[in-house]
Amino acid sequence: MKRLLSGNEAVARGAWTAGAVVGSGYPGTPSTEIMEIFARYPGVYAEWAPNEKVALDVAIGAAYAGRRAFATMKHVGLNVAADSLFYAAMTGIEAGLVIVSADDPSMHSSQNEQDNRQYAKFVRIPCIDPADSQEAHDFAIAAFDLSERFDTPVLLRLTTRVCHTSTPVEVSEQRFVSSDPIKYPRNVAKYVMVPANARRRHGVIEHRIQEISQYAETSPLNRMEIRSSQLGIITGGIAYQYAREVFPEASILKLGLVYPLPAALIRNFASMVERLIVLEELDPFIEHQVRLLGVELYRGKQTLDTPKGIFPIVGELNAQIVRKAAIEAGLIEGEMLQTSPSFPMELPQRPPVLCPGCPHRGAFFVLSKLKVPVNGDIGCYTLGLTEPLNAIHTCGCMGASIGVAHGAAVAGDQERHVAVIGDSTFFHTGIPALINVVYNRSNVITIIMDNRVTGMTGHQDNPGTGKTLQGRDTTEIDIENVVRALGFTYVKTLNGYDVEGIEKTLKEWMKISDPAVLITREECALLPEARAKYVPLEVVEEKCNGCTMCFRVGCPAISKSEKLDPRYQRPLAVIDPSLCTGCEICAQVCPRDAILFRNQVLDKQEIDQ
Amino acid sequence: MENHRFVLVGVGGQGTLLASHLLAEIGLSLGLDVKKAEIHGMSQRGGSVVSNVVWGKPVFSPVVGEGEADTLIAFEKLETLRYLPLLKPSGAIFVNDHEIEPITVSAGKQIYPNNADIEATLHKFTTKVFWIPANQIAEDLGSARVANTVMIGVVLKGLGVELDYGVRTLEKTIQSRYLELNLRALKAGYDWLAISNHKG
Ligand code: SF4
Ligand code: SF4
Ligand code: SF4
Repeated sequence: MKRLLSGNEAVARGAWTAGAVVGSGYPGTPSTEIMEIFARYPGVYAEWAPNEKVALDVAIGAAYAGRRAFATMKHVGLNVAADSLFYAAMTGIEAGLVIVSADDPSMHSSQNEQDNRQYAKFVRIPCIDPADSQEAHDFAIAAFDLSERFDTPVLLRLTTRVCHTSTPVEVSEQRFVSSDPIKYPRNVAKYVMVPANARRRHGVIEHRIQEISQYAETSPLNRMEIRSSQLGIITGGIAYQYAREVFPEASILKLGLVYPLPAALIRNFASMVERLIVLEELDPFIEHQVRLLGVELYRGKQTLDTPKGIFPIVGELNAQIVRKAAIEAGLIEGEMLQTSPSFPMELPQRPPVLCPGCPHRGAFFVLSKLKVPVNGDIGCYTLGLTEPLNAIHTCGCMGASIGVAHGAAVAGDQERHVAVIGDSTFFHTGIPALINVVYNRSNVITIIMDNRVTGMTGHQDNPGTGKTLQGRDTTEIDIENVVRALGFTYVKTLNGYDVEGIEKTLKEWMKISDPAVLITREECALLPEARAKYVPLEVVEEKCNGCTMCFRVGCPAISKSEKLDPRYQRPLAVIDPSLCTGCEICAQVCPRDAILFRNQVLDKQEIDQ
Repeated sequence: MENHRFVLVGVGGQGTLLASHLLAEIGLSLGLDVKKAEIHGMSQRGGSVVSNVVWGKPVFSPVVGEGEADTLIAFEKLETLRYLPLLKPSGAIFVNDHEIEPITVSAGKQIYPNNADIEATLHKFTTKVFWIPANQIAEDLGSARVANTVMIGVVLKGLGVELDYGVRTLEKTIQSRYLELNLRALKAGYDWLAISNHKG
């Protein structure tokens, strides 16, 4: 029976079927579910590593020890892991090693849209690019085989649309069991990359990539679909689907192995069709290589030499975009689909916001009040940037907040900088940045917003939660102790909802010139244990005068009621009981005690009964 | 068959993903090729969310582009408008008559359109508009959380798919603790369309 699996689920299943026994990753959209699913299979070890480089080193270590292993991450994670990627490409492995990189064209949940096929070319390793879940499953298995056959890591490159699209998959119930554990290799020339050895290995990997391109000529990962000879399309990954949809009659060279390319196959295909085009998402990765082969591509009505022939270089494709570009290039006849009637009204935006009861809200409320420059980081707490808090001024990549704040401080910026970072991000790359602050003595104040989980990617455990990915109890790393051990003297842990305490502490620290770390600790309001404690608060209408203080905390549960304050004619506040968790941040900021605290609400309920 | 393309829209946290999952599984149980595409991450925190389900034989692109959707299913009123351009001329709209104020509105920066304007706009795109009091129906059954399943019930009836396909899919998909309630919600939605004098 076919099952509906997302690309991520299919990769996890494929890795299990291929006999992978070790998986290490760092959660990142759109890759996260791969490791979560893999962790549930029998006979495997799966973990969350503190960052992608660690994850890849772990997988490399397992592959050196003769066990099939893989590491998962989102595209930008491969930047963090790049150092390890390059040495692993040099050394090769004993058992299959696969690196899964999930790219995010159109940046649905990312800071850039880098095309990680480029990494494969950069490091001289094969890159496999599936087009749906069945291929994600089959290609994952093929990737391990390819890795062992050519003694190389393999990059399994996914994109958001493959990761998070579910399509039917035929799976096998049998698992490939790798051969008996090997004796750990003592092969210094291969595995110790001192210059003398590394120089020899460089020659080896250049030769290897030549061999793999020979293999690519006949690999079942690549296939020709011959239909009409008028138009030929070279494509790979999700773009294949758009090719089939928009050009049902065209002949297609579907590349599963998108690096290295099969030169003879491409030339052969080109000779069979009148017009040849390349259809791919993002970079002209295949297109450039095909041009370098001297194969002529159809460029439509274009006269200028643009980086990409026909299709857009920015953003995700879809069948519509492909169709439009194809019509413009004169590849297909047709008018654009009748566009919809013009839109008569302006719609209010609905940006993501911190959830009602989010424990990050307390510190952001204080920061926006203090009006200090805040260097932000990647996670739920990035949402501190939104109205009405407006409390974040920069955000680059995981772990950047502290370093960027330090940079401003040592550059002599007059204002005191506050860096914010989450618990998971602290473990990811925050620690070295904090070491730098204390070592090079800047006055950065760092707030570690510890919500006891990795929030934005959907609640994964991390070194601070006391649980592993596979649910085992483990050492819970105490952030405050770590920070003290780094040498900070001003360190304090407060409850995330303690608005007054946070304000008082930050104001005190603004007066001294030492670096300091405030840990705001409170579990994410969406965790099941937190949900169980919800007590919705109430506004006492007689006391509220619509002063708007509580609106400024930016909680989605608070809105303006229809009722007006008789004196100023301002709308009163009202709390939606189906959304409010009872975090009491609004109650703390109300100057008129018009919002009942939890125990007041509970007392009132008792009296009512 | 021609592809049938669904677009499901709502607000992060409303359970749009679960509803898409049900619809995709139902398509599979009908013996069709199915693709379901969704976006995770930041927008799940109370932002505007959209997912696509395509039924057909076979399906290639998982992404529904402008003017391509046969059916738009909206779990929140305002979001119906936001994704209207995806609808085919004369496609069908199933809208949950439920309002969730975005932060831009509660902060007083923008205005939530009134019902008359919303209706008028929808009718410019198509005459097939079903207004469903799904939250109300769900609350009457015991929990607003199953409003999505009510909507799926209505859609199945609207498409002329037998209720039984939905029932079997729920039995396969929903945790046993919540199954009973969801089955009642599915049926309530199905019956609602069967007996109501809806506009359409
Ligand atoms: S998921 Fe948790 S941490 Fe993230 S915004 Fe919501 S409450 Fe805050
Ligand atoms: S802060 Fe208090 S008085 Fe002011 S609007 Fe809110 S509830 Fe009313
Ligand atoms: S207590 Fe106030 S701030 Fe907290 S969730 Fe409820 S309404 Fe929002």
